Amino acid sequence: MHNPWVRITHWIGTISFLLLVYSGIEILMVHPRLYWGDVGNDLTPALFELPISRNYHHPGWTASQPFFDSTHSPVSAGRTYDIFNENGWGRSLHFLNAWVLVAVGLIYLLAGLYTRHFQRNLLPARKEMSFSALARDMADHFRHGIAFVKGPNYGLLQKLSYCVVLFFLVPAIVLTGLTMSPAVAASHPWLLTIFFGAQSARTIHFFCAVLLILFLIVHVVMVIRSGFRKHMRAMTTGS
Amino acid sequence: MKKKHIITRRTALITGVTALAGYWLYRTVKSPQVPTYGSILRAGDNFTYEAQRALLSKRALTKEYSRSDISSFPATGTLNPGDINYKYYSKEWAAAHRNGFEDWKLSVEGRVARPGTYTLASLQSMPGRTQITRHTCEEGWTAVAEWTGVPLSQLLLHAGIFPSARFVNFYAYDNYQDSIDMIDAFHPQTILAYGMNGRSLPIQHGAPLRLRVETQIGYKSMKYLRRVVVTDEYVDPGDSGWAWYTGI
Repeated sequence: MHNPWVRITHWIGTISFLLLVYSGIEILMVHPRLYWGDVGNDLTPALFELPISRNYHHPGWTASQPFFDSTHSPVSAGRTYDIFNENGWGRSLHFLNAWVLVAVGLIYLLAGLYTRHFQRNLLPARKEMSFSALARDMADHFRHGIAFVKGPNYGLLQKLSYCVVLFFLVPAIVLTGLTMSPAVAASHPWLLTIFFGAQSARTIHFFCAVLLILFLIVHVVMVIRSGFRKHMRAMTTGS
Repeated sequence: MKKKHIITRRTALITGVTALAGYWLYRTVKSPQVPTYGSILRAGDNFTYEAQRALLSKRALTKEYSRSDISSFPATGTLNPGDINYKYYSKEWAAAHRNGFEDWKLSVEGRVARPGTYTLASLQSMPGRTQITRHTCEEGWTAVAEWTGVPLSQLLLHAGIFPSARFVNFYAYDNYQDSIDMIDAFHPQTILAYGMNGRSLPIQHGAPLRLRVETQIGYKSMKYLRRVVVTDEYVDPGDSGWAWYTGI
């Protein structure tokens, strides 16, 4: 049976994650270019670009003016194009829900440590960890479909994916998000170092989000395949 | 036989921690801050402001770069307040520009002992600061440039700022209005810049004088400054739909 605190943090986390995805897509649409390093803008080369708003490859720039007399001088150009930008609410909604996720995450972490939930239910025991067991579990997922098992008696693959999400992707997306904040990076310059710069942090933030969305899709598919109603009841009322 | 405690250590701990957190949250939301206009988003912005002020160093400098890191730099927003076809065309700015900003003046007013005006030459004669910093735009892009100017703290002390002052308000020629608190106003990297990349500030980037608030997002670094007003209270320009504090 799922603990009450698991159920509560699960659903508050779900709502805040969905709102973070929604506002995150809006924010990415305003500048759908990703870079590596500390610097990246419309006048510097991008790592890749996404055709997700009218801002993609927009043509509205005045002629470039070099800052210096040298041949490869950095330049300035004025933007004359009326870009798509809803970041007024987008950014505020993003940060509001980031706070909710961080708060819920801390409660989850403390409760998980206190009740030994992680050792007991999430971290695979040494004896169940083997390549053959992993291969068998993976094959079972495709071949037989999955039987409903009352949580939290998780399978090996399930445990591993939950651990990657909770102990790797979520911390990484929170830290890369904080790296982009000028005030946080001023107080904690090591963030810029470990993520290779502010724009690299933004790019890693994006890939973490993509992986988390993929996880969400697989998670929901698995829940549906192994008994949607039973799972929903287990995760809400706990019965 | 098992003893039944009504209040166990665990419930006492949880209750205590929750009460403390709740009290802090309540105080944060209730403290006289920037108005929320009844919007949960603005309340969230204020929470970020309180949390960053409580958790982060108030004096830590943002990363400074070397000259070889200077990058290309897009100009956005107002590109020329002297353009007669522009919505926020400024006759005064156009006239000052025609004169090479010779008789341009920055007015410093409000809660200061010596209100007055400063010409570009008088600002340039004050002890200055040159810094190569990263501009972080709310849109998602960044750019590195070298800025030269007067630390805002220098100017505020010169004008004799009163101890009761809590906000510094800025008014620009393109009708823009904004404010920062005293922590950002006295941050060593908060400067009034008249130079960019070793030359005088280009028109596109806010000539003759712009603000640089390196601890916040780019839109706090207002261009085309005309007036600095020090106040004890927050001056409410109405809900622009954008966060007032953007350290994040």
